[in-house]
Amino acid sequence: MSLLHWAILAPFIMASFVPFVRKKAAAIHTGWFVLILPVVLFVSFLQYLPVTMNNGSIMQTAAWIPSLGIDFTAYVDGLSLLFVLLITGIGALVVLYSIYYLSKTKESLQHFYVYLLMFMGAMLGVVLSDNVITLYMFWELTSISSFLLIAYWFDRDRSRYGALKSMLITVFGGLMMLGGFLILSIMGDTFSIRELAAQAPELNNHPLFLLAMILILLGAFTKSAQFPFYIWLPDAMEAPTPVSAYLHSATMVKAGIYLVARFSPIFAFSGYWFWIVGAVGLFTMVWASFNAIKQTDLKGILAFSTVSQLGLIMSLLGAGSAALHFDSLDDNLYTAAVIAAVFHLINHATFKGSLFMVTGIIDHETGTRDIRRLGGLMSLMPITFTLSVIGAFSMAGLPPFNGFLSKEMFLLSMVQLAELNLFNLETWGLLFPVLAWIGSVFTFIYSMIIVFKVFGGKFQPEKLEKKPHEAPVGMLISPIVLAALVIIFGLFPNLLSYSLIQPAAAAIVPSIIPNGSQLDVHISFWHGFTTELMMTIGVVVIGMILYKFLPKWIGMYDYFPGRVTLNKLYNASLYTAERGSHSLTKSYMTGFIRSYLVYIFAFFIAILGFTIWVKDAFRFDSSNTASIGFYEVGLLIALLIATATILMAKSRLTSIISLGAVGYSVSLFFVIFRAPDLALTQLVIETVSTALFLLCFYHLPKLSRHEEKRRFQIGNAVIAAGVGLIVALIGISAHSTKLFPSINEYYIENTHTKAGGENMVNVILVDFRGFDTLFEISVLSVAALGIYGLIKLRLEKGGEQNENE
Amino acid sequence: MEILMCIVAGLLFAAAVYLMLSKSLLRIIVGTGLLSHGTHLMLLTMGGLKTGAAPVLGEHAASYTDPVPQALILTAIVISFGVTALFLVIAYRAYQELGTDNMDQLKGTEADD
Repeated sequence: MSLLHWAILAPFIMASFVPFVRKKAAAIHTGWFVLILPVVLFVSFLQYLPVTMNNGSIMQTAAWIPSLGIDFTAYVDGLSLLFVLLITGIGALVVLYSIYYLSKTKESLQHFYVYLLMFMGAMLGVVLSDNVITLYMFWELTSISSFLLIAYWFDRDRSRYGALKSMLITVFGGLMMLGGFLILSIMGDTFSIRELAAQAPELNNHPLFLLAMILILLGAFTKSAQFPFYIWLPDAMEAPTPVSAYLHSATMVKAGIYLVARFSPIFAFSGYWFWIVGAVGLFTMVWASFNAIKQTDLKGILAFSTVSQLGLIMSLLGAGSAALHFDSLDDNLYTAAVIAAVFHLINHATFKGSLFMVTGIIDHETGTRDIRRLGGLMSLMPITFTLSVIGAFSMAGLPPFNGFLSKEMFLLSMVQLAELNLFNLETWGLLFPVLAWIGSVFTFIYSMIIVFKVFGGKFQPEKLEKKPHEAPVGMLISPIVLAALVIIFGLFPNLLSYSLIQPAAAAIVPSIIPNGSQLDVHISFWHGFTTELMMTIGVVVIGMILYKFLPKWIGMYDYFPGRVTLNKLYNASLYTAERGSHSLTKSYMTGFIRSYLVYIFAFFIAILGFTIWVKDAFRFDSSNTASIGFYEVGLLIALLIATATILMAKSRLTSIISLGAVGYSVSLFFVIFRAPDLALTQLVIETVSTALFLLCFYHLPKLSRHEEKRRFQIGNAVIAAGVGLIVALIGISAHSTKLFPSINEYYIENTHTKAGGENMVNVILVDFRGFDTLFEISVLSVAALGIYGLIKLRLEKGGEQNENE
Repeated sequence: MEILMCIVAGLLFAAAVYLMLSKSLLRIIVGTGLLSHGTHLMLLTMGGLKTGAAPVLGEHAASYTDPVPQALILTAIVISFGVTALFLVIAYRAYQELGTDNMDQLKGTEADD
């Protein structure tokens, strides 16, 4: 365990102290204590920057289950470090914000911070693990802690619905991903991602390659809310706003992005990867931005916008995989896509975090998030307004904010894809820039909605629960810091180029970088009059026009996706699954013992009959048999007649007597076949059994049978005949295939010499195999005790006296 | 003879299964009784029915019947007796408490759980 491991585990350790702190220091908001941790972690992880800037990496291994090759390996490179800094940095800001957002007295803060710290630790584990199994463990921990956080207000129905939905979808993806990991580690014979990446070319030709890829991508897509798995994210907005800001904009939903980026060195050379990641990402981007416009809940808009932006990053990662197909570094335009992805990842975390916090402030100060009730807050909440302008304009891709730069790079990458002549892009390539442009227009429109529907227009105090005013300073610090970063990264993008972006991009596409050199990451603010600038101007112009006439065409949403949405599909499939399994269970778990016996016997017939047939096991060999004697046949006939009488019997007495007759004929068989002890025992026991039956006779029901439907009788008869047939067939076959002689010679020889007895059966029972007898005695004793207990103990029905006493 | 015995054991099994599938508790118990008879006969048959002396050394015979299946059957008889006795008392008690021996009526409903 190195310091790095302790850093990952620190949030978990801290979490275990939170309830204690909350109890002992109730006067101080628990968040203040929690805040220390992410700040310390952020600062301490900064020290790795010099290492990763030189394309170095640090690996620390701690044994976990060494015999299985599962180790807790922490691995820091550019990509991990970028995520770690996002997680701890935004984590610190979110904790600070939550101190002012959550009431000290009304909320159960210990739960909140325990879950939040659990999540933080899990997220650190995800991005720092090199072992896929460890990665999976932390991955599921993020799902669980996210589930707990979404249902923080667990007395609300919608919270629980949202939490369950996100749990089902992300855990489904997580399990698929585990499958992918296992296949991958079987293919590469190692659990280490780095070692797997080293053998990427061999893995590419493996027959299971595509399956592993699709399974891992399912994990990434469900976590990162890609189409069609995005549906959990809008419902997760029932969580407290700090949670939405942290989990559902900046960190957890990017775990899928991280996964795609991390596994790019292994999968990216494949054309499938390019198409799946690129196309799903781009489609998600357009679809979610289109849907964001019709939302009326501010957090709903932000949720769809998060989905859309994640799709954008995902499509850039897909596009970046094209870079691997060009050898020379100098004219490799497609690495620009990877750089854009990393850059936008950072940008999105900053502006989306701040937008969520702004939404939280509006919610906190007005009592609603419904944009139909909000309006004219510009003069009342000037600082909040400024922050949301910065965030939303950056999201829309307007200068001078950082969103502008990454949007430009996004459009540039998509335009370049159209010119690529790989993977059938000659025919479909043009779709990429066109869709990207359309998505950007929608993005522009909903960004404008966020700003102007809330802060512009008429102030409607009568619709609000509270009298709105500016938020307290403490609540504003975090969004101000984030908004400041939005502007700083926008004006000085090269601040990040070589410190964070280059190492991260180098980790995503390592194979194209010749040793010792660095990717040329230079984000220039001004490219000149390029295609993408024209596209951006087009976005702004068309977006403005569409926004202006929004009331005219917003009605078309009513016609369009309303009827068939993925949510309806999700709900219906859950309902059908529940109904279906309920009726399935109901259909065969009838509660009648007869049904279960029928299943058991039918299975017995089927499995044994099938085996006899398939293995051709039936043998008939009468050479080794004893001759048929006169007495035996006579006895057999008596036995069968007695049996038939039981079957036909109408009264209980006939059945009992006939059963006795069967028993006595069996004991006569024992006499004929020279088993004196058996005959004796059988006689006695049959007598006692019959006596017992007769003893119960008085209390037993008068009729021995109940009327049954003809259908059941025939069914019973068929099954009974089948069982009998199978038993007889097996008996005959078994007898006809004697494989080796009996061991009885030993007993015959040694009964007298070693055990000192004459009666072989008795000597076997008490000497050679005495243990059987011991436990047979126990069986009798238990049966006797049971009978005694059944007769004597009458606990139920309030001390009703036993009428037999 | 063994072939014939196998067929008879099969018939006993068939009768036992038919009884066990019926509605009446008593018939089910009678069915289990028949089933154990069938099993015992089968055990004996599988050991071989070749004639020889009873397995008692005092006979001084040239050959004896196989003592091992006999010991097994003896154990089985005693155990099945114990189980049958217990079944019988359970049936008696069930009938006493519930007032029916119809297996269709002795069915838990969803309201019970």
